[in-house]
Amino acid sequence: MLLLPCPWCGPRNVSEFGYSGEVVTRPDPRSVTLTQWRAYLYLRDNRADWASERWFHRMGCRRYFTVRRHRLNHEVHPTPDDGAAPKGQP
Amino acid sequence: MSRRYSAWALLRHGITGEAWPPAWRAPELKPSYSAVIVGGGVHGLATAYYLAANHGVTDIAVVDKGYIGGGGSGRNTAIIRSNYLTPEGVRFYHRSLRLYERLAAELNFNLMFSQRGHLTLAHSDTSLRTMRQRAEVNKLCGVESEVIAPEEISRLVPCLDTSDAVRHPILGALYHPPGGIVRHDAVVWGYARAADALGVHIHQDTEVTGIDVARGRVTGVRTNRGPISTPVVVNCTAGWSTLVAGMAGVRIPVQTFPLQAAVTEPVQPFLDPVVVSGTLHVYVSQTDRGELVFGGSVDPFASYSTRGSLEFAEGLAAHVLQLMPSLAPMRLLRQWAGLCDMTPDFAPVMGRTDVAGFFVDVGWGTYGFKAGPVAGEAMAECVATERTPELIAPFTVDRFAEGRLVGEKGAAAVGH
Repeated sequence: MLLLPCPWCGPRNVSEFGYSGEVVTRPDPRSVTLTQWRAYLYLRDNRADWASERWFHRMGCRRYFTVRRHRLNHEVHPTPDDGAAPKGQP
Repeated sequence: MSRRYSAWALLRHGITGEAWPPAWRAPELKPSYSAVIVGGGVHGLATAYYLAANHGVTDIAVVDKGYIGGGGSGRNTAIIRSNYLTPEGVRFYHRSLRLYERLAAELNFNLMFSQRGHLTLAHSDTSLRTMRQRAEVNKLCGVESEVIAPEEISRLVPCLDTSDAVRHPILGALYHPPGGIVRHDAVVWGYARAADALGVHIHQDTEVTGIDVARGRVTGVRTNRGPISTPVVVNCTAGWSTLVAGMAGVRIPVQTFPLQAAVTEPVQPFLDPVVVSGTLHVYVSQTDRGELVFGGSVDPFASYSTRGSLEFAEGLAAHVLQLMPSLAPMRLLRQWAGLCDMTPDFAPVMGRTDVAGFFVDVGWGTYGFKAGPVAGEAMAECVATERTPELIAPFTVDRFAEGRLVGEKGAAAVGH
């Protein structure tokens, strides 16, 4: 079982959460090229070790937050939560 | 080297007690090859086999970091079908099914190929409409496929609950008679044996640790058993494909998600066709041993872990019992996970890349097994001729930068 640290509700089972993917930085839509924009849409690091991810407490407080998760052994580390979403993230 | 399998050979070995020769050799790793194929699954071995058989390229190494068929090729649910949604997809899998039909004879290996029919259930008006669209696209492409009513579904699969007193009543189904199942390990072993007989080297326990690129061209690969110099590298590594492509400096739009499956204890044969329900996220078939094989949709988050989860087993059991309530006393024997290389448009990524000599055959997501033969055939042509065959032209990696996505999501077996 995988427990995720919701910054508001504490550790909860992963089935309560929605996964919204790797943290990616959205380029500025006013100056971006088509290639950069499509790279932002489609390309991800997809590493087999640590990744920063956005999760959503779908069945709880409905809050978005960031964790560091190991993609092989599912070890999870919370990241300092200042409540602000990274650029281009919910 | 590998002697022909036949009833006569079986009789002779039975009488004399003579040992069978190994199906493939374990050769020494040479310092250079004409081509190195990374990944010894169905796709990698089929590519090697067709390069040797159709194009006369036999100086090939297939390297795998584990044992052959240990990844997705040995973890899928062995279903084959060609009833896809887009004409590109239908043509592609139609060709694959055609190759599967004569593969056992061609490879001289019993693949336990069984075209028992394939039923995709519709539980809503929307999915019934998609089924009709798929049936029409299929028929236009020459693929046998039709929408059938609950009465006929009941006749084909009596254990299905076709009443309307359930949460998701069955309104109809897309019936695809040429679909079926084939023993997945046998496909891997058959290709390995046939490729080996043509001179291909299969290197198991050989992990690629780096790919050398000079002036935009592949020059070699580094492995845990030493370097290999080669002008051609083909990446057939499914779930690990972004990592291998990254070694050559190529980025591909793939994210790795586990897909879980499970099998029950064996029972007497009662289920003939393969039954799929997209709404209930489940597909069921009965193997020749009598076990029921269940598969579901990919796990809800990216991972490289191949462990099973309780959430999956619970959800699977609940969904299967809604379809077939009489299975309630059966017990699950085991569950496992394989890694799926998911692309944004649920279609594969195939062909050449920006690095000359570096080819990809990845992004197969949840339906790579059924495409193994045709993908191998097309990739072999692509590598041997350095041209992209028309069949795989829609699937090149530049489609993402150019914005021409293929969009096969609607025809994936179950929702994602």
